[in-house]
Amino acid sequence: MTDPLTPGIAAGRLSAREIAANFVDLHAPLDAHEAQVAADRCYFCYDAPCVTACPTGIDIPLFIRQIATGQPEAAGRTIFDSNILGGMCARVCPTEDLCEGACVREAAEGKPVEIGLLQRHATDALMARQGHPYLRAAATGRRVAVVGAGPAGLACAHRLAMHGHDVTVYEARPKAGGLNEFGIAAYKSVDGFAAREVEWLCGIGGITIETGRALGRDLDLGTLAAEFDAVFLGVGLGGTNPLDVDGAEREGVADAVSFIAELRQAEDLTTLPVGRDVVVIGGGMTAIDAAVQARLLGAETVTIAYRRGRDRMGASRYEQDLAATKGVRILCNVMPVAVHGNGAATEIELEYTEEGEAGLVGTGRTLRLRADQVFRAIGQAIVAPDGLEMDGRKVRVTGAGRTSMAKVWAGGDCTAGQDLTVVAVAEGRDAAEDIHAALTGAAG
Amino acid sequence: MANLETTFAGITSPNPFWLASAPPTDKEYNVRRAFEAGWGGVVWKTLGAEGPPVVNVNGPRYGAIWGADRRLLGLNNIELITDRPLETNLEEMARVKADYPDRALIASIMVPCEEEAWKAILPRVAETNADGIELNFGCPHGMSERGMGSAVGQVPEYIEMVTRWCKKYYDRPVIVKLTPNITDIRKPATAARNGGADAVSLINTINSITSVNLDTMAPEPTIDGKGSHGGYCGPAVKPIALSMVSEIARDPETRGMPISGIGGVTTWRDAAEFLVLGAGNVQVCTAAMTYGFRIVEEMARGLSAWMDDKGHASVADVVGRAVPNVTDWKHLNLNYVTKARIDQEACIQCGRCYAACEDTSHQAIAMKPGRVFEVIDAECVACNLCVNVCPVENCISMVEMEAGSVDPRTGRTVEPAHADWTTHPNNPGALRAAE
Repeated sequence: MTDPLTPGIAAGRLSAREIAANFVDLHAPLDAHEAQVAADRCYFCYDAPCVTACPTGIDIPLFIRQIATGQPEAAGRTIFDSNILGGMCARVCPTEDLCEGACVREAAEGKPVEIGLLQRHATDALMARQGHPYLRAAATGRRVAVVGAGPAGLACAHRLAMHGHDVTVYEARPKAGGLNEFGIAAYKSVDGFAAREVEWLCGIGGITIETGRALGRDLDLGTLAAEFDAVFLGVGLGGTNPLDVDGAEREGVADAVSFIAELRQAEDLTTLPVGRDVVVIGGGMTAIDAAVQARLLGAETVTIAYRRGRDRMGASRYEQDLAATKGVRILCNVMPVAVHGNGAATEIELEYTEEGEAGLVGTGRTLRLRADQVFRAIGQAIVAPDGLEMDGRKVRVTGAGRTSMAKVWAGGDCTAGQDLTVVAVAEGRDAAEDIHAALTGAAG
Repeated sequence: MANLETTFAGITSPNPFWLASAPPTDKEYNVRRAFEAGWGGVVWKTLGAEGPPVVNVNGPRYGAIWGADRRLLGLNNIELITDRPLETNLEEMARVKADYPDRALIASIMVPCEEEAWKAILPRVAETNADGIELNFGCPHGMSERGMGSAVGQVPEYIEMVTRWCKKYYDRPVIVKLTPNITDIRKPATAARNGGADAVSLINTINSITSVNLDTMAPEPTIDGKGSHGGYCGPAVKPIALSMVSEIARDPETRGMPISGIGGVTTWRDAAEFLVLGAGNVQVCTAAMTYGFRIVEEMARGLSAWMDDKGHASVADVVGRAVPNVTDWKHLNLNYVTKARIDQEACIQCGRCYAACEDTSHQAIAMKPGRVFEVIDAECVACNLCVNVCPVENCISMVEMEAGSVDPRTGRTVEPAHADWTTHPNNPGALRAAE
């Protein structure tokens, strides 16, 4: 084990036991009795606000009632009918901003029904059963290409396969799952859940996943559109925004998303290096996930530096509080101006900001923080596919994900809308229904 | 602090909380623990006739239903009367009574419906110095198949006959315990009074099957794949017991006869409700079986605090206070008009009132943009369902319309005077009377 106070970037700052304890399931699953008690708190609201708040429109009161009446597997089926990645969404959804935020018991007593945990209870129950719960319709002979094996692509592929179409999913990375596999904190998806979920989802049949096939490098959109009956793009945001300050090229400055991906794929977290003093630039979920995990790996100090006020942070209040309880300091209204060091980074210089009529401006007052590792979490950018009209930095779509190119649909983070797993699932699913309608001549 | 000392049918006890004849009172050890915990009285587990005692099943004898978090709401049992020798019970009763002279000790008895059987056992019970006897005419399972328990309680003539025998061969108070498994509780109560009973106690347990095991297709509790109906008790039966107690308290035939209230008494408030509906004391079983004997502390303190708060000096001051307000439907004031009112500040917008009213009642609640729920007075019949299903206490209330105002539902002016069915024009009986 390395001395925890070793300067610079080093692996093994904590013992294997400490690391294992740090990376356990963030929320322990409910057992059957806990689930019954939690389910009993649901009021079975009329036209329930939680359903309205769910991007995939899961019938939440119904599935909770099914748990309460002793049928968690049937509850799981209710969830999967709307959201085939309901298992992952139960783990990663910012429920405090969605279903639980809308729960009338949140309004009444600040203690919503634990919808996320209940959803996990139900989906775990059904997924634990042998076999896949859905059957495919008779084969249609139609072939659809799905580009990107993230939540949008997988949801789209499953729904298409269910309707009897044959689906080929192309994934640039060596493994399917997208951000579920590479982009979220490890303690939200323990025991290889993302990979298990992909395997379970593909259990419907009719889905072939080809990894290591990237659009623009190995695949051409025009060719795909010509060879398949339809194409769905769920390519996400492949690029990251650069940090445009002096010293940004110094050793120790890296992308938060790469750090998270590396961490998620690491066989042994004690071999994963982390700085003693870590600064994360940004204010979204990625910033939180990187900062918290840096702390859990043994960084002595971790600071999130965000350029605007706390209320403007992309990360939910719950996530901010989680970071704080793990010992992450959140510093608001500061922007990076330089990374200092002799070769490798040792310090970051930040300038205080204020929001005026002209927008965000520096005040000229600065501070320096020790930083041997600096993570950029300042947003991701799309690598624009050739031939598609864009809306700013996103692929332009109309209706259920129809792009400017015939036979090509898109959804997920590469299109407008909130960059959330659950939104991606809804968009993938809805595009699949639209593709199905287009291919079979059904109304739509 | 209010005085909880109670005199019931001439029997005094330091408080009105007695343990009912049941498993908790089957032997000296339990009863001593109960008295140490503070119970005012105990009705000893029912004694049978001399001879080989009854036997119980050797599998489960209780079944239950639960609310959320496994809160026990209802219990049923197929246990019979005491399965210990009569002599053992009598010796223990005598010892306990000698050690706790201030507590009420009652012997519950169930022997065959023959005068000789009662004549034989009563002198022996008297020797224990018990304060009185309770005739078990209530148990609905097992013993009833042998012509005892509720088999007697369901035939008023038998009740009267046996009560007479007891008054003849026993000189202390006789309490007749009634079964609720009948159509009109006033009939057995009247029979008991006619037989000379000093008091009645009710309710005994209700015929019940708590649940069915859908894998084995057998009722619970299950004995080797079969089940038999048991006696139901606990919080779930309280409303039935309250109604039956009130019927006896207000019936001209039985009015004034002491009533020992039994059925789901779990808290001081339950006890107070039985008392004001005419019970002179209460008997408790399921609550003790669920939580242990210590609950009597909460009951005694709670009842006392409530009495202090309301200025009631003694239990006797409380008994029957609500009885005058129990009446027949036909006497309810039809000129009393209320409308539901939703407190928008308290409303959490769950919409349960709307679903209940729209789907199952009178379409008298409007759902407006922003999930605002408002009562439509022109449709509201004041049924109270919205109040009952609302998860927020006091969010929806029934507000009385002032006399002189117009009910938008009927278009009629609210009259100040009482008017009920007995005088209503739609009542054929009322019309005849007017002619």
